[in-house]
Amino acid sequence: MALPTIAFWILAAFTAVSTLFTVLTRNVVHSALGLAASLIGAAALFILFGAQFVGLAQILIYVGAVVILFMFGIMLTGTAVRPVVDNDQRPAAALVALAVFLVLAAGIVSSFGTKKVRFQVAFPTVQLGHQLFTTWVLPFEAVSILLLAALVGAIVLARRD
Amino acid sequence: MDWLDVVIILVKVVVCFLLLNLLLAVVVWAERKVIADMQSRIGPNRAGPYGLLQSIADGLKLFTKEDIFPLSADRIVYPIAPIISAVPAFLAFTVVPFGNMLSIGHRHITLQIADINVGLLFFLAMGSIAVYGVALAGWSSGSKYPLIGAVRSSAQMISYEIAMGLSVIPVVLYAGTLSTRGIVLAQQHMWFIGAQIPSFLIYLIAGVAECNRAPFDLPEAETELVAGFHTEYSGIKFMLFFMAEYMHIVTISAIAVTLFFGGWMGPHPNFLVPLWGVLWFLGKTAAFVFLFYWVRASFPRLRYDQLMNVGWKFLIPIGMAWIPISAAVHIFDIRRVVLVGAGVIVGIIVLSLVLPTKKPEVLTEEEAKTTA
Amino acid sequence: MLASYLPIAFLLILAGAFALVSVTLSRLISPKDPSPQKLMPYECGIAEIDPPVERFPVRFYLVAMLFVIFDVEVILFFPWALSFKSFPVFSLIAMSVFIFMLGVAFVYEWRNGGLEWD
Repeated sequence: MALPTIAFWILAAFTAVSTLFTVLTRNVVHSALGLAASLIGAAALFILFGAQFVGLAQILIYVGAVVILFMFGIMLTGTAVRPVVDNDQRPAAALVALAVFLVLAAGIVSSFGTKKVRFQVAFPTVQLGHQLFTTWVLPFEAVSILLLAALVGAIVLARRD
Repeated sequence: MDWLDVVIILVKVVVCFLLLNLLLAVVVWAERKVIADMQSRIGPNRAGPYGLLQSIADGLKLFTKEDIFPLSADRIVYPIAPIISAVPAFLAFTVVPFGNMLSIGHRHITLQIADINVGLLFFLAMGSIAVYGVALAGWSSGSKYPLIGAVRSSAQMISYEIAMGLSVIPVVLYAGTLSTRGIVLAQQHMWFIGAQIPSFLIYLIAGVAECNRAPFDLPEAETELVAGFHTEYSGIKFMLFFMAEYMHIVTISAIAVTLFFGGWMGPHPNFLVPLWGVLWFLGKTAAFVFLFYWVRASFPRLRYDQLMNVGWKFLIPIGMAWIPISAAVHIFDIRRVVLVGAGVIVGIIVLSLVLPTKKPEVLTEEEAKTTA
Repeated sequence: MLASYLPIAFLLILAGAFALVSVTLSRLISPKDPSPQKLMPYECGIAEIDPPVERFPVRFYLVAMLFVIFDVEVILFFPWALSFKSFPVFSLIAMSVFIFMLGVAFVYEWRNGGLEWD
């Protein structure tokens, strides 16, 4: 087995195990930590397949910002003292998770089928910029509107004092 | 790539790791000596000549100390938080180019642990993971000072992370690459500090704040929060946090040298060329590390609202405005740009004077629209 | 390309092993003498009166939310800065529009006291 293949299986196993840990633990902080670990694993997989910018952006935004936001939510509310939470919606959650998995799996199989993925291709980040400012310039500007809306929303949420 | 290359990489990593640990010992000793000198004290002078072995003695002491595990601490997160803090701190240094090439026979060894072509992003990503060490340590201790310290500290780190991200973008724009080695090579004719003084200043302030160092060391303000997020840690676990902090200082100094001061480049005689590069790099980095000490000895600690104001109302707007300005300088006639740039800066100053500094009354939707 | 990540993987293993081994070794050789007082939360010498604070000001959460938004913005600057030299004028205009939109959001936030810490 080639080295990239071994690396793939290790990273995939790491991601899968930490994702399972995320959903199975009852402690919210452990869960957030597991989510961060599984996102780091996914980022490493992106890098393995040559999408270096996407991989590191994933770490910066998802691991470094979104899960940190969760951590803030946990630390700032009473959950810091009583971190163990559970309710009786486990079967329903499992069902939803299964449905999402089926949809995603069907999507991946139908679009890639039996195509082989090669490891040694690196997608240059410069190309990403070129694409962004030729084909995708309108969506790019739309993102700024989305961010504007998110910011206004954040202020509105926080200013009900 | 054959097995010899892998062996070279392995040897390089092990040697660099050992040297980094040695460097940390020196940096800690030097800080104590320099600060002592600035405060008319002697500083460490017992362990070895000039107290040179002080850091090693401290390390041994912490290693053999009782490791207290508080009853209220989380069983899983409490012991791994120091590891989560220390490992990314070391990983961030991998992208720092500390010299040019070393040629032995027909093999070329780059004097950098990992020359990846998105090096700068990797450095920022490791910085964003560092927040976890702080947040998890504070939460898992199950005690109030660490929790308050962790909340303050992580809010501070994420605020200044944005300023730091904004400050490196003009450099990327000028160099046209994210590879740290490429950025150094792009400075062959002129160091980026020449054109990028605002970026450099923002980077420097954000860097000091990212390390939670004085004058931004509120999270561990001894007078109110004991030791901040690592109050409950003792022995070897405390040492890992300590190492992470100093590792961040070294890496942030080294990246400042890489981005703005030409990295390993400098005038040198024509023999032992790679060695001169490493010496230049070490010298420039040492100057920045010294700056960290100097700042700590000189400035009083900020108040928390002042700290957040510096980050959000000063560094981020200026960083954001500076990006299009320096991009425009790159493509247009410089005189026109100076005019426009001066206009924008005056505009920002006027805007910041007009905007209320006190908490304003809540605006209605209509008013909000007109302000926007 | 992947080979350039090999040293990072090595250092990850090395630094992780170093941290784990030193924590474990230290646990083996250090003295163990726990007492109820030692294991209590640190409170500068007196017994703990209240449990840790239940809630923090919502400001901190607001900062974290703003951070997510600005982090996305910073990440979008990178591909722009890299490809800038290929079509400078056009991408400068595109980015200026983007920065203007965020500037508007920023001023709105500032005027609404989203940046105040009093």
